[in-house]
Amino acid sequence: MTKKISTDDILHLADLAKLRLTPSEAAAFAPQLTGILKFVGELQKVKTKKVEETSQVTGLQNVSRRDEIFPFDAEIELLECSPHPTKQKSIRIPRIL
Amino acid sequence: MLSSSHKTKIHSYPPHSLMDNLHRKPLAQLAHLFRAGEVSSREITDAFIAQIELQDKKINAFVTTTFDEAREMADAADARRKNDTLASSIDGMPIALKDVICTRECKTTASSNMLKHFQSPYDATVWSKLKKAGAVLLGKTNTDEFTMGSSTQTSAFGTTKNPHDLKRVAGGSSGGSAAAVAAGMCAGALGTDTNGSIRHPAHFCGVTGLKVSYGRVSRWGVMPMASSLDTIGPLAQTAEDCALLLEQMAGADPKDSTTPPENVPTYSEKLEQSLGNLKVGVPRKFLDTFAEKIDPEVSRILESAEAQLRSLGAKIVDIDLPHAQYAVPAYYIIAPGEISANMARYDGLRFGEGKKGKDLQDMYHKTRHDGFGDEVKRRILIGTYVLSAGYSDQFYRQAQKVRTLIRQDFDSAWEDVDAILSPVSPTPAFKIGENLEDPVKMYLEDFFLSPSSLAGICGISVPSGKSKTGLPIGMQIVGPAFEEARILRIAHQMQQQSSS
Repeated sequence: MTKKISTDDILHLADLAKLRLTPSEAAAFAPQLTGILKFVGELQKVKTKKVEETSQVTGLQNVSRRDEIFPFDAEIELLECSPHPTKQKSIRIPRIL
Repeated sequence: MLSSSHKTKIHSYPPHSLMDNLHRKPLAQLAHLFRAGEVSSREITDAFIAQIELQDKKINAFVTTTFDEAREMADAADARRKNDTLASSIDGMPIALKDVICTRECKTTASSNMLKHFQSPYDATVWSKLKKAGAVLLGKTNTDEFTMGSSTQTSAFGTTKNPHDLKRVAGGSSGGSAAAVAAGMCAGALGTDTNGSIRHPAHFCGVTGLKVSYGRVSRWGVMPMASSLDTIGPLAQTAEDCALLLEQMAGADPKDSTTPPENVPTYSEKLEQSLGNLKVGVPRKFLDTFAEKIDPEVSRILESAEAQLRSLGAKIVDIDLPHAQYAVPAYYIIAPGEISANMARYDGLRFGEGKKGKDLQDMYHKTRHDGFGDEVKRRILIGTYVLSAGYSDQFYRQAQKVRTLIRQDFDSAWEDVDAILSPVSPTPAFKIGENLEDPVKMYLEDFFLSPSSLAGICGISVPSGKSKTGLPIGMQIVGPAFEEARILRIAHQMQQQSSS
């Protein structure tokens, strides 16, 4: 039932995930992904017609807090995390448009 | 704050010359000796530092060490002891943290090239709490890259070797933490367990490792892998040591809205009650589906663990977990899906190694291609596939439904038993390089660990014996959500009996 994943499929997925691969890297991943998808495809056997999904196990809902401001004391350190030049508390990046 | 006369229940230890093998004493004993003024935190810390300097070139448990900071923290603990202002029962104790737990003291790398120079501007809540309790930081330990793996072989900074046999893996993904404890390089360590990553290396390395219930310990400041599954927990020599660490780590955190407002018991004071009347389930049918892959030595140790529990007064009951065999495939859909979302933040803009490119898109692609290793890429690709339109019903939503069935299996089991016993993994530690050629083979290491992970309940790996060739074998005790006290007590009673 699982389709065979091709090198082109991998290149497409990689593109969606902004994870450029060379054709030979993609070719190496393709049979691995086919194998993994075949393995996880076992789940199709399980009858789940009336079963609800579990998105999270805690049962917590609508956890909220007061909209209070707390000072953050490490602005400069935070900006220094970026590999790009910073200017006036902003990070300089290549143009988007 | 505690005075130095605060008593933790202490058991009889064989007489030692104090300085003999200080680094081999369990955390609880070190804490007692420190509080009694018989040894200083500085002496204890120096003993561990000496051991790291002696052993870690061979073992590669640490990514970063923080010896200067450790000595300062130890001296501060000694000053507190002198002033009778100790912060907690673990004040002065040197520990190590898995390198996905953010610390201001040093870089946090996730054992990835993507973050090889990353310096966090804030501490993770769990580290903040332990620091306030007086713990001393020895350094950050090696992990599979971004905690993705079961052998610590996908680390960008080399494999961690098993201290019991350097040709074998330490297990994973918290292999560095487990090896550090096993090799006497720290009094205790923290790891993360999303699908067995504390329990598995604890079993391979012969130490105690606790996976807490999802939400028991705050995840704030811990680099996320799969956000509905990640937990942070202690590894140490004994269950008592784990209890002492857990009572300082656990609790609701306003910064992590998945931490329920559950009370935190003083776990170390709940270990002594006998196991009489306790019912422990063994999922025989589930174990049988995997029978030919289970090493006979592991089966032998499982039988002896059952016998030991009976001798402690527990009753062993056969139980059924009909959907547990689907836990690994369900996990390898749900987790990669969540991973692909969590890894999207590594774009080389705000943190991490950023590559230059002709435009923004080019920068993203280059950064992510160069920064991530193969296992991370593999899981991002699977996650992207199973979440994409046209496939998400078939894969992701089906997996979330199977997850519900697995949880319901446990809910039914808890009507009949108080805890569940099983192996941790099918074999003792395997050789470095094994199981790497086929990703699915490595995924099957998680067979006994995935069901409890998906259900979000707690489990502890207890060192239970050795194979004929001297490799450690641990057994797993699983308990209902927020019943860490119960499984710690069971593990403690087993360890007390074994050591007497």
